[in-house]
Amino acid sequence: MGNRKKPFLSIALMGFFLLVMLSIPAGFLMKTWLPPVASKHGVGIDYVIHFLLWTTGAVFVVGHLVLMWLVWQNTGKGKSTYKPVSQKVEFIWALVPVIFMGVISEAGVLVIGRPVWQQLYGETDADALKIELIGRQFEWFVRYPGKDGVFGKTSPEAVIKRTVDGDNFVGLDKSDPAALDDIVLRSALRLPVGRMVSIRLRTQDVQHSFSVPAFRVKQDLVPGLTTRTQFTPTLVGEYEIACSELCGLGHYKMRGMAIVLTEQNFDDWLAKQKSFFND
Amino acid sequence: MTNSHEPQSFVSKYIFSLDHKVIGLQYIFTAMFMGLFGGALAMIIRSQLAWPEHGIVKPETYLSIVTMHGTIMVFFVVSLALVSGFGNFLIPLMVGARDMAYPLLNMLSYWTIVPACLLMLLSFVVEGGAAASGWTAYPPLSAIASAVPGSGMGQTLWLLAMALFIVSSIMGGLNYLTTIVNLRTKGLTMFRLPLAIWTFLVSTILGLLAFPPLMAAVIMLLLDRHLGTSFFLPAGMILGNEVLPYEGGTPLLFQHLFWFFGHPEVYIIVLPAVGIAFEVIATFARRPPFGYKTSVYAMLVVAALSMIVWGHHMFVSGMSPYVGEYFSVASVFITLPFAVLGLNLVASQWQGNIRLETPMLFALALISAIGTGGLGGLFLGTATSDVYFHDTYFVVGHFHIMIGMVTFLGIFAGIYYWFPKMFGRMLGDRLGKIHFWLTVIPMFTMFVLMHYQGLGGSLRRIYDPTNYDFTAATRTLNSPITHAAFLLVFAQAIFLLNFFYSVFKGPKAKQNPWDSAGLEWTAASPAPHGNWGEHLPEVQRWPYEYGDFSDGSETDFQPQTQPTAQ
Repeated sequence: MGNRKKPFLSIALMGFFLLVMLSIPAGFLMKTWLPPVASKHGVGIDYVIHFLLWTTGAVFVVGHLVLMWLVWQNTGKGKSTYKPVSQKVEFIWALVPVIFMGVISEAGVLVIGRPVWQQLYGETDADALKIELIGRQFEWFVRYPGKDGVFGKTSPEAVIKRTVDGDNFVGLDKSDPAALDDIVLRSALRLPVGRMVSIRLRTQDVQHSFSVPAFRVKQDLVPGLTTRTQFTPTLVGEYEIACSELCGLGHYKMRGMAIVLTEQNFDDWLAKQKSFFND
Repeated sequence: MTNSHEPQSFVSKYIFSLDHKVIGLQYIFTAMFMGLFGGALAMIIRSQLAWPEHGIVKPETYLSIVTMHGTIMVFFVVSLALVSGFGNFLIPLMVGARDMAYPLLNMLSYWTIVPACLLMLLSFVVEGGAAASGWTAYPPLSAIASAVPGSGMGQTLWLLAMALFIVSSIMGGLNYLTTIVNLRTKGLTMFRLPLAIWTFLVSTILGLLAFPPLMAAVIMLLLDRHLGTSFFLPAGMILGNEVLPYEGGTPLLFQHLFWFFGHPEVYIIVLPAVGIAFEVIATFARRPPFGYKTSVYAMLVVAALSMIVWGHHMFVSGMSPYVGEYFSVASVFITLPFAVLGLNLVASQWQGNIRLETPMLFALALISAIGTGGLGGLFLGTATSDVYFHDTYFVVGHFHIMIGMVTFLGIFAGIYYWFPKMFGRMLGDRLGKIHFWLTVIPMFTMFVLMHYQGLGGSLRRIYDPTNYDFTAATRTLNSPITHAAFLLVFAQAIFLLNFFYSVFKGPKAKQNPWDSAGLEWTAASPAPHGNWGEHLPEVQRWPYEYGDFSDGSETDFQPQTQPTAQ
């Protein structure tokens, strides 16, 4: 071993493995790729991501080092051993990844991941702001339930019955008293900072997906279903909403904005909004 | 069947052939042909993403191209070359059979895939263009013609082609399964099978279980499209300012059926690549693979788990979060047996005497790719982090490493390794090494950078990423990725030239040019009709007897047929 000159090829191969191995840590030292987080549970999601980056990153580096060492040491040796390894050794070697990966993967899912998952899908705060988000090719509509806190009835028939007043975007049913104070807005969603928002998601046509990278939120809108997501914005600012489920020709420009205001500014703004029917 | 039955006419020998080796090569050539389209489509996608300001294609064309690139690459290139191509070529040779169990079914399987390919290609020129609902073909986009331009005739042809593909796969699978189980030659017990054959066996069983639900989904979608049923469509959908007359279905049903097939499909195509790597590494490390039995058990566990984790593609689909939590726990569990396979590949170098021949280079790079892809998968199998990564370029990078890179490296390792058995000539080595470097470097560059784009939140299937400000930080990576992609395609041109030149002009190969112990190398190169002469070989041992036996023997390997010394 080692007394034979290594051919250029094995040096090149080592260089390649080294580059692959370093590409992961190098990428992370270079810059922070994740956009700044702007929601409460988002911190938890980032924590899961970083936990996985560090643990799998370590396994990745160690695995490559072992591979490199074995290949380097055994290349062009002239002679190999024929002595099958005992099955005991093989099972012990198999236990290494089973234990390591078992701990890493299930810790990610159950220990760190589950509490965050519960923030996303568990109990809603009693004072949570209720909003409905409606998608259609290729724009977003937002509905606030108004003073009564109840979303009025809607129907697809009301959507297509255009009146002189114009488009009844979400198909509000005028005969339902609860619908009279509902507020309907186009493409921009305004939210107060520090208060949980619970969003019902509906689509009028195909599937869409409500995604705000800064909030670490993503939830599909499915025809025939009302899906739901909840989160608590933590930073005042403007964040892009993107449709993340292919929805047709204009999918790439189905953009919206989520604008997070201070509690006071939000209340002032909401008080000024006219309901869809009463103007 | 002996040599006397050898077909004589050109048509029965090369076109409507019953010979598994010819059929295997037909599949590989078909995959190469379809690969030209799959690759060209990838170049258009990459050009559009790198230079969106030029609007290289129109948005509707872009969606068709994305859809067809995925479909063609997964089903008509990787599956055809790896499962059908190598499966057909290798199984009888490695189990000591003269041919497949049902040669006629085998021929039908190939001639079912030909119209499937033609229908897929034809769909580019029909009105509205090719299917544009993604390779996953989620309804309602794929169900309603007015939802997206490609959802007309193009989508219908897509569904028909997929139906033919499934029929062909099932016919092939029945053959592989029966041949491996029933036609093993004397002495070849299950635990003497090469690991590659184990992977084909497991892959085939998975295919036979997973393809029928996809067939059901395809048929139901066709009925929704053309006969007005509502399997996947609920009431109240509005398109073209009218309320559509559907009632009672749900798009989630299609997603469940698709991924019930779709997740096993990953292992259907990845496992054979791993199996090929085991064969190649054993030969060139001159050492039995580490952990033969633990590898077999690991792949059985991988296969079993792969059938019950499909929901991890649907964490944010509106499926119950409780169900999602189960799918997450089960999904990341796959990492355990899969890591056993990976680490066994690593440990197979131990105490070896490694020869860095071209097939070996591809196999070693494959180990690295499995590590990258496998560990990246944890980010997506963990439901909580998938909320962020779902439908981003992290997913795109991840599955390109697994079902693009691992599979292609396996295909190339296999082609360089078994080329002498296929054509009786060696595949050019110098160009082969150039091909290796110009393949692995761009592949890693592209797919690792895509992971970074995904960390930045970049979404897939976006025609023009400049529409979003949050992609600004990561879309600068689009240009290097695109350049790497062009280099990758250039390398494949070198490969194709080298391949066809070597078929006719390559240096003549010995019967066993790599000093391999495997059964297939006891047949002549190229293997004749019926594979062996008068008598089938009898197997005395497993196929991995390599090393210094210290018994005075001159070679460092003992063929599978060599009787054990008394």
